Amino acid sequence: MKKTIITVVGKDTVGIIAKVCTYLANNRINILDISQTIVQDYFNMMMIVDMNDSAKPFDEAVDELRQIGEEIGVVIRCQREDIFKSMHRV
Amino acid sequence: MINIFEVNETNEMIEKENLDVRTITLGISLIDCITDDLNKLKENIYNKITTKAKDLVATGKAIEKEYGIPIVNKRISVTPIALIGASACKSSDDFVEIAKTLDEAAGKVGVNFIGGYSALVSKGMTPGEEALIRSIPKALSSTKLVCSSVNLGSTKTGINMDAVRLMGHIIRETAEATKDNDSLGCAKLVVFCNAPDDNPFMAGAFHGVTEADAIINVGVSGPGVVNTALKKVRGEGFEVLCETIKKTAFKVTRVGQLVAGEASKMMGVPFGIVDLSLAPTPAVGDSVADILCEIGLEHAGAPGTTAALALLNDQVKKGGVMASSYVGGLSGAFIPVSEDRGMIDAVSAGSLTLEKLEAMTCVCSVGLDMIAIPGDTKASTISGIIADEMAIGMVNQKTTAVRVIPVIGKTVGDEAQFGGLLGYAPIMPVNGYSCEAFINRQGRIPAPIHSFKN
Repeated sequence: MKKTIITVVGKDTVGIIAKVCTYLANNRINILDISQTIVQDYFNMMMIVDMNDSAKPFDEAVDELRQIGEEIGVVIRCQREDIFKSMHRV
Repeated sequence: MINIFEVNETNEMIEKENLDVRTITLGISLIDCITDDLNKLKENIYNKITTKAKDLVATGKAIEKEYGIPIVNKRISVTPIALIGASACKSSDDFVEIAKTLDEAAGKVGVNFIGGYSALVSKGMTPGEEALIRSIPKALSSTKLVCSSVNLGSTKTGINMDAVRLMGHIIRETAEATKDNDSLGCAKLVVFCNAPDDNPFMAGAFHGVTEADAIINVGVSGPGVVNTALKKVRGEGFEVLCETIKKTAFKVTRVGQLVAGEASKMMGVPFGIVDLSLAPTPAVGDSVADILCEIGLEHAGAPGTTAALALLNDQVKKGGVMASSYVGGLSGAFIPVSEDRGMIDAVSAGSLTLEKLEAMTCVCSVGLDMIAIPGDTKASTISGIIADEMAIGMVNQKTTAVRVIPVIGKTVGDEAQFGGLLGYAPIMPVNGYSCEAFINRQGRIPAPIHSFKN
């Protein structure tokens, strides 16, 4: 299973998690783990998701999540987990 | 499991510290294209490049999207054209025809540059190699994407001074042929000592004859990442300083290794090497000179610069080597003047001179790079600068290179604009005393002795 990391960074506002989760549910993207923190007054969330049964191809999901982010004023990134694993794990 | 802080660290490197994959370079052998018919040769070359590299740009873009990391350049390197065209080309103009074919093929597949308009003449020149070298000014002024390199010496063979003399003239002619664009042609022309076969960086990339039919080489870059990491350990001792550089280089190189592996898988082309480099760009915060300042210099070029650079270069290699399964190319810190904002500032401030840059090239890759010199610099003086740099490479068993740009119509106090990643540069003064009698001697400098190291 290829895991994907979704990060959401921006000013905290009502319904960020709801919006992202609705999109994921609608597209059959399964959430494996969520962690959230506030760094320097900024909302900071990371999700580990499984996109194996995703209704959307990877690149489309990347673009649509970014768009959702723009609508609610946060930055949403969607990246394969490998880049973080290769950088932080020997 | 990966945690949120690690994810944030990586994304900060990409967003704020200019971490990127500088280039994915597809090396393509053109040996099976060789024929004695020029038109057939051109057709073979065009077909091979456009077939092998047809997915290169799309692959680069797909990887960018999957991992969220910019891949700045997608490039092609080919077998030195002096070898490929030797049988079909009867004159320098015939070689220019091949340059145009390379340009067309590169344009068709959408890459940023194609390297390998090259000749390897470290000991002697064949008529074909000499014809290619003499065609360089016309080839570079009549194409957009073609890069040229000439290997003039090696530790094993010595320095071919006849070729060094010739290159002084060729660099001047290339400058003249492109004088409307601040002699930009010379930015696409580099001479080497000990040129590597698998260098992914331009202008010196070519696909060596020791290589397989096609291969993926990747160059990473992250001066900004190293600089940011060093800011956090300001004032600490050398142990902490070196450990910090090493760890950062490891992280940066791992990304290169990942991208190389992925590109290799997607294109069905074997992975060659990762070039462990700190390659600057003119962007603010993407500077090797800034790292030297962070290590403790007021400006690059101040006393201590060579030592600081030697330390930096060595730690980058130590961190990077463990991060990648195969390391090659030039691997080290690059110090191109026009492509590094901190270097440009150091030259403008009068801190960095040509002579200090020469000293710096003894301890890092690659050499006197992207240096603008007065347009009236004599060919023999350029050859003298080249000979000095080749000697450093030959004696120290390392790769050295020269990419100087005599900017026609400009002199010290003026500035040359090359545009894009090539940047801009103040014209640097050159020692005005003559070396003509030295350069005019015929033959070659013998290979150095490999014992009695002092």
